[in-house]
Amino acid sequence: MTTPVRPETDRKIDELKAAFPQPGSALLPALHAIQEEKGYISTESMEYVAGKIGVAPAFVAGVVSFYTMFQQKPVGRHHIQLCRTLPCALRGAAAIRDHLVKRLGIGVGETTKDGRFSLIEVECLGTCETAPICQVNDEEHGRLDAARVDALLESLR
Amino acid sequence: MSGTVAYEPLLLRNIDKPGSGTIDVYLAGGGYEGLRRTLKEMTPEKLLEEVKASGLRGRGGAGFPTGMKWSFLPKTKDKPRYLCVNADESEPGTFKDRLLIERDPHLVLEGIILASFAIESRRAFFYIRGEFHKGARRFQKAVEEATARGFLGKNILGSGFDLDVTVYRGAGAYICGEETALLESLEGKRGLPRIKPPFPAIVGLYGCPTIINNVETLANVTLIAERGAAWYAGLGRPPKNTGPKLYCVSGHVKRPGVYEAALGIPLMELINDRAGGLLRADRKLKAVIPGGSSMRILPAAKCDVLMDFDSLVAAGSMLGSAGVVVMDDSTCMVGALLNLAAFYAHESCGQCTPCREGTGWFVKILTRLERGEGRAEDVDLLIDVASRVEGNTICPFGEAIAWPIDSYVKTFRAEFEEHVTRRGCPIGAGAFALQAASVTGH
Repeated sequence: MTTPVRPETDRKIDELKAAFPQPGSALLPALHAIQEEKGYISTESMEYVAGKIGVAPAFVAGVVSFYTMFQQKPVGRHHIQLCRTLPCALRGAAAIRDHLVKRLGIGVGETTKDGRFSLIEVECLGTCETAPICQVNDEEHGRLDAARVDALLESLR
Repeated sequence: MSGTVAYEPLLLRNIDKPGSGTIDVYLAGGGYEGLRRTLKEMTPEKLLEEVKASGLRGRGGAGFPTGMKWSFLPKTKDKPRYLCVNADESEPGTFKDRLLIERDPHLVLEGIILASFAIESRRAFFYIRGEFHKGARRFQKAVEEATARGFLGKNILGSGFDLDVTVYRGAGAYICGEETALLESLEGKRGLPRIKPPFPAIVGLYGCPTIINNVETLANVTLIAERGAAWYAGLGRPPKNTGPKLYCVSGHVKRPGVYEAALGIPLMELINDRAGGLLRADRKLKAVIPGGSSMRILPAAKCDVLMDFDSLVAAGSMLGSAGVVVMDDSTCMVGALLNLAAFYAHESCGQCTPCREGTGWFVKILTRLERGEGRAEDVDLLIDVASRVEGNTICPFGEAIAWPIDSYVKTFRAEFEEHVTRRGCPIGAGAFALQAASVTGH
């Protein structure tokens, strides 16, 4: 049987199913694994994982769209998630957003033409002591100002 | 009542040590001794009595007595019991659990093993918010280290007690910090809070009896096992506000950060002595959120208050998650509230109409006030809508937005009215920019 994921991801999902008292619990970790491999979760992936876990594809679609970290379309190689919530806003998050928009030449929710960067605003990342902050893929970058943003963008090839 | 007394950290005792977070550093500091002694000398019932006697109240937000929560489990043992750790730290302004998870995971893990022993659970789930990538990796590593040393797995330290801990990552949803939404998420579903009763102690994960405890709460259980309930019950402001507490200070202060103190540190001591005072000397304190974004705001005049559960209730707010957000007089209260309303509109799970629709109304009304398009009746309309959300939802999310709306408007009513009469923000968009532009809703 062909799957839209690599054999090791397919095996990992089998392991996850066996790791919980009920196989349904494997859905979130399975979706994380798929996104880690492919960068996003396509309709085909949703149908595949639904079959693996034993739930309806529509149920999986509901879960994917409920959680903001699951992407339904490709994002940039460097996915910039800028916090917009109050503690960051008090420390100038709006100015950081405006600077990013200007430097990248894209709006919030968009990806650069070369696929290098995408920019979104997210809610509180729970790192308010280094506000304003963003996460690029898995990494946090705090105490942002215009100069630090410039240096950060420069370092992300 | 003020003045800095030297405070020896308990919860944060390991975080600055070289190699902090590893099991060797934890063991060198006396780690797992409390567990060793408990498994040798105590029954689960005795440990539960100890936790009750300590006066420990949950550190996740509601301040419910931990021992009492555990005692709600049914006496029958025909079904497995589960411990779920709430590491979905998402309340804006809160970042204490993250510090423990990343820098001293074994302090938390020891508490998980102890709690599981007390409630007779053989399987614990550590539900950590998806954005905490580093925290999830660190905690997974701690679980592996502890298993290798015999603190987890089969027949722990020769006691006959077995426990496995599974790290489970969320995927970006504030609501999953609500304990029944967390259970739904852990079952692989959308995080929609359940109708209660039945409470999770009776019908929880997979329909089985379940206890859900916050990360910091469990770290406190470690301290109680280590030094005893009598010692613990003497810390803070006994009898009802005992133990150490982690306070998260953010916003307009010089040194934002997590500060540990015994429960009941004066708020102004926390701001001025620990966090270094206001960020800018030319500005004055305007208001403080004492316990995370869902709590009622305190104007500067009411900030002479002790930071414990009961003192903050008396002051008209709550300790909540102890997320202290400090705002100086450059802050527009309409703008601040709009920012939070946008947060709640985005994070509402959409299950209950008052919350789903109410949060959208708040964003709409506050946006027009901030833009200078407000109407005279808007100020009372906010209070009216908030009163119709509060108490009319399945979970406390309704209160989490209704309380800020009601308290910001009533506390700073003149400022809200000025937005109408002056047709715009009197403080100016430059001071606090409108940030709702990219809010997409549910």
